[in-house]
Amino acid sequence: MDRAEIESRLKTLLVSELGLDEEKITPDAKFETDLEVDSLGVVELLMAIEDEFGVTIPDEEAEGIGTVGQAVDVVAAKLGA
Amino acid sequence: MTVGRVALVTGGSRGIGRAIALELAKRGHAVAVGYLSSEAAALEVVDEMKSAGGSGIAIRADVGDPEEVVAMFQTVAARLGPIEILVNNAGIRHDRLLARMGIDVWDEVVTTNLTSVYLCTKQALRTMLRARWGRIVTIGSVAGISGNAGQSNYAAAKAAVIGFSKSVAKEVGSRGITVNVVAPGFVETDMTDDLSDDVKAAAAASVALGRFGTPAEIASAVGYLASDEASYISGHVLVVDGGLAL
Repeated sequence: MDRAEIESRLKTLLVSELGLDEEKITPDAKFETDLEVDSLGVVELLMAIEDEFGVTIPDEEAEGIGTVGQAVDVVAAKLGA
Repeated sequence: MTVGRVALVTGGSRGIGRAIALELAKRGHAVAVGYLSSEAAALEVVDEMKSAGGSGIAIRADVGDPEEVVAMFQTVAARLGPIEILVNNAGIRHDRLLARMGIDVWDEVVTTNLTSVYLCTKQALRTMLRARWGRIVTIGSVAGISGNAGQSNYAAAKAAVIGFSKSVAKEVGSRGITVNVVAPGFVETDMTDDLSDDVKAAAAASVALGRFGTPAEIASAVGYLASDEASYISGHVLVVDGGLAL
């Protein structure tokens, strides 16, 4: 799976799981401020990402994920994309 | 009327846990009976649930061990479905006056009575959050509210689960998950069997109802908090002690 595919699948997930506006989902978009996802929502998103991509994101690593791009980075690193 | 859900009762093979497992099964839920060493007793509970028309499984785990807790939740999810009702009941006492209490006795009680609640609740939230529904009930103790000589370790852990539950209740309330504590007083179980008759009589005399409670009387309170009817009760400590030291 290449980075573009990860990005596109993540975008689909954000729309379906969190009901976000697709237009607003850019790599620099911050979950809590730009996308108005509350802190628990970010936790739920990370769990959905784990299930979607079959990866495990440890709690310490999860703390560093604040934007859509950072989420893609973490998944890409784990999948070696 | 009642929706059958999937429940896990830790320490479900004996005493209060056993009664809770049977109560939840009676209410139509599929129940995983958690145990550490009492396999035969856990299987008996499952048999009893089944002969009454219910369903359930026995599941072994050390609830103080992070990996075993994850494995337990995975096994229950695979066999019954994602856990929707968690009852943190597993607990031990190891009484000693504080002046004579070694760190091992402290750690043992805190790990089994408190760390286990953190581990199991955290794991349960994974599926409850996405389901937008969940019931978490932790068994506390009046010792955690009033204190008890010889039980500083136990009372500390039981008080801690109250602060823990109230905090988590605030974190996950927006997702339809309630988090409560049931705090029993004196109950007829193995845990109180070893008290001398004099101590038991004095204890019973301090209760308005004049007697120890039964495990079933604790279980019915848990069954209620785990139900749909209790949907607006969260962060609460329900004391079930027969009117102790009123």
